[in-house]
Amino acid sequence: MDEHDLGKALQQQVLDAFEKENPLNITGSGSKSFLGHVPHGQTIDVFKHRGIVNYDPRELVLTARSGTPLSKIEATLADAGQILAFEPPHFGNQATLGGTIACALSGPRRPYSGSARDFVLGCQILNGRGEILRFGGQVMKNVAGYDVSRLMAGAYGTLGILLEISLKVLPRPAASITVTHECSAAEAIESMSALLGKPYPVDAACHDGDHCHVRISGSAQAVSEARTKIPGETMPDAETFWAALREHEHPFFDHRNTLYRIMVKPATPPLPIEGSWLLDWGGAQRWLFSRKDFSTIRHCVEQAGGHVSVFRSDDRAVELFQPLPAPLLALHQRIKSGFDPKSIFNRGRLYGNL
Amino acid sequence: MHTHFEAAGVALPYSHENNTILIRSLQNLLPKESVLTDAEDLHPFECDGLSVYRQLPLVVVLPETMEQVQSIMRLCHAQRIPVVARGAGTGLSGGALPLADGVLLSLAKFKRILNIDPRNAMATVQPGVRNLAISEAAAIYGLYYAPDPSSQIACTIGGNVAENSGGVHCLKYGLTVHNILMLKVVTMEGELLTIGAETLDSAGYDLLALMTGSEGLLGIIVEVTVKLLAKPERAQVVLAAFDDVMKAGEAVGAIISAGIIPAGLEMMDKLAIQAAEDFVHAGYPRDAEAILLCELDGTNAEVSEHIMTIRKILTGSGATEVRTAADEAERQLFWKGRKSAFPAVGRISPDYYCIDGTIPRHQLPHVLRRIGEMSAEYGLPVANVFHAGDGNLHPLILFDANKPGELARTEEFSRRILQLCVEVGGTITGEHGVGIEKIDSMCFQFQSAELSQFHSVKAAFDPHGLLNPGKAVPTLHRCAEFGAMHVHHGQLCHPELERF
Repeated sequence: MDEHDLGKALQQQVLDAFEKENPLNITGSGSKSFLGHVPHGQTIDVFKHRGIVNYDPRELVLTARSGTPLSKIEATLADAGQILAFEPPHFGNQATLGGTIACALSGPRRPYSGSARDFVLGCQILNGRGEILRFGGQVMKNVAGYDVSRLMAGAYGTLGILLEISLKVLPRPAASITVTHECSAAEAIESMSALLGKPYPVDAACHDGDHCHVRISGSAQAVSEARTKIPGETMPDAETFWAALREHEHPFFDHRNTLYRIMVKPATPPLPIEGSWLLDWGGAQRWLFSRKDFSTIRHCVEQAGGHVSVFRSDDRAVELFQPLPAPLLALHQRIKSGFDPKSIFNRGRLYGNL
Repeated sequence: MHTHFEAAGVALPYSHENNTILIRSLQNLLPKESVLTDAEDLHPFECDGLSVYRQLPLVVVLPETMEQVQSIMRLCHAQRIPVVARGAGTGLSGGALPLADGVLLSLAKFKRILNIDPRNAMATVQPGVRNLAISEAAAIYGLYYAPDPSSQIACTIGGNVAENSGGVHCLKYGLTVHNILMLKVVTMEGELLTIGAETLDSAGYDLLALMTGSEGLLGIIVEVTVKLLAKPERAQVVLAAFDDVMKAGEAVGAIISAGIIPAGLEMMDKLAIQAAEDFVHAGYPRDAEAILLCELDGTNAEVSEHIMTIRKILTGSGATEVRTAADEAERQLFWKGRKSAFPAVGRISPDYYCIDGTIPRHQLPHVLRRIGEMSAEYGLPVANVFHAGDGNLHPLILFDANKPGELARTEEFSRRILQLCVEVGGTITGEHGVGIEKIDSMCFQFQSAELSQFHSVKAAFDPHGLLNPGKAVPTLHRCAEFGAMHVHHGQLCHPELERF
């Protein structure tokens, strides 16, 4: 892989944009361009700003430039028997680390091992004034200053351009199997919730409409021990199944309606919204294809104490993210203007007024 | 010692008359016994766990409802009175040090566990609930709250959030930031905000991460929802002795390389071992140069499997002795030695100063060698206790505060150790926070533009700078005065110059 440090060139582009108050659309491979509102502004391309800057398996820390392909990072980690424990979806062959962190995307393992943001240890960013800044670091424990690096995760690039990211990485579990049993969504929610109170090394659990699948990963002994305690058949080729679920290539996702992402407490009973449901993250993250409108769905999800966003839709001019209460939105705006006073980065990608 | 605090904002002129008005207004908001003004009542609040810094506050308030906190904050905001929040006061960086012209807001009365929800593996508690009390309340469901700072019997969850507290198990289970879901926070203006959600993420920016570890500078935490985990079936600890600290360091790398993440991995050097052994008789080998304590947890079979592997690795790394705790009592005893290391060192020296840097683990030999050299230079002995799994180093400098100049020398030595941590790619604080103690060392770690970015975050929450002013993030002016040279990638601006 070609390694390039384009930090200075990107800085110059931001300085120019700051000067002219030109909005910039931060782009890597474009694999996440379907997320959030339609980006506008001049493209600033971080795709070629790539390379693994530092990786010592013994430190459990990897530092890479934001344009580094996830596949490259995962292959490098695999050589040392390690993984990105938040199991990020790629949504495209060329998906980059920067886009993954900016969108805070995590896969099936998320409820059991942590989210993309949980594994962020530090980052180097370009803020809206064109300053290159470092926050956090390359160590596990660091409480010096506000946790700006984790704030970047899920900010959709609206606070700055991620240049370099340090992540905690973990050993790949020595063994893994998936057990499957047929049941309703309500029954799956019960059994997945019950597993939260058990000391088994469960690291993924979902209900795909008619089956509950539970993945158990850990030492060989731990897996075979837990296998006897969790009911169901062993799933053949489970790796393919979880990868398809993670990448939205499972047949469930072969659908034309709007895809909603619904977050609730995991034990929440099935919600009474018409549509096609898949429950991931042990019931905590639920995917819904529905013709119902956003506000109807939102009302129902809010009643259950959750929140909802539009994940994939043909119509992206409408509201896509759960609206924020006024004082919280005002706080977001003040934070945004502290990082990006002229609002040049990914204007409106997350919320219209950010 | 610092006596000057930079209170930002436009406070009312500090006068007896204005103070009387403020106290009367507070008495109108709270029951009489919840507003303390007599010197004898204020004394218990004059310091936190870092007792070399002491200051009586103008007034202490002890609200017990969110509404009371909101009205206190509205009043202080309107009158531009600085506010310092305080939990149990166990912090080690002076983060809860009061201000002479400020209100000290104690959350001691917020001590109810509001809800334990085993089906969703979460608990909602008030900020004054003790860390350990959460695990105790969740135990009947087979659940517990993972972060376990050494002060967990006394420290409160609100303070844990403010400091992003860790503990001996954080390599495997994470810090506070990884184990909380939602906060209710009262802003300086008195607004009640919900940050995060009962769900695994929430809409908008990750303000939960921003609030965690913000040392009381962004808001007053009035409710915390934490994640609970299933209690592991079994925990077991292996003790290994080494005749060379470097070999112990190598063993840590070898364990990680073998694909095992121990629940805890602690190292102590000879001085710390001997002090602990003399104090609690943990059964440590007194002649060892270093010991490692490696805790494994999980299912029965998993722990047995890992112990076999770990023993092999430790022996292969040159351990002179490897012992697995025979039973739970011995496991507790092994830990007691480690957990008593600070007071044990306190017994062999009139005073000790605890340092909290984090370094990339492979830098340990270099850092220990440099600390040894500086120890000789300053004539101050150092005992080293190390959270070896995550690189968090706690050198304890032994000194005598009654000897003129020795505290100042100790503080200078401490700053140089922190500077060394930054030079090797680490940080000035792993888990104790910056507080007032390390405010000048922040100038080593961050450049002006980075500090300015922190100030912009602060201003977004608290534009008048009334929340815990003078802590955690230094002003640019302070760094300039401190004569800071910015260390970046280990490069000093003028490495040839002697700075201290």
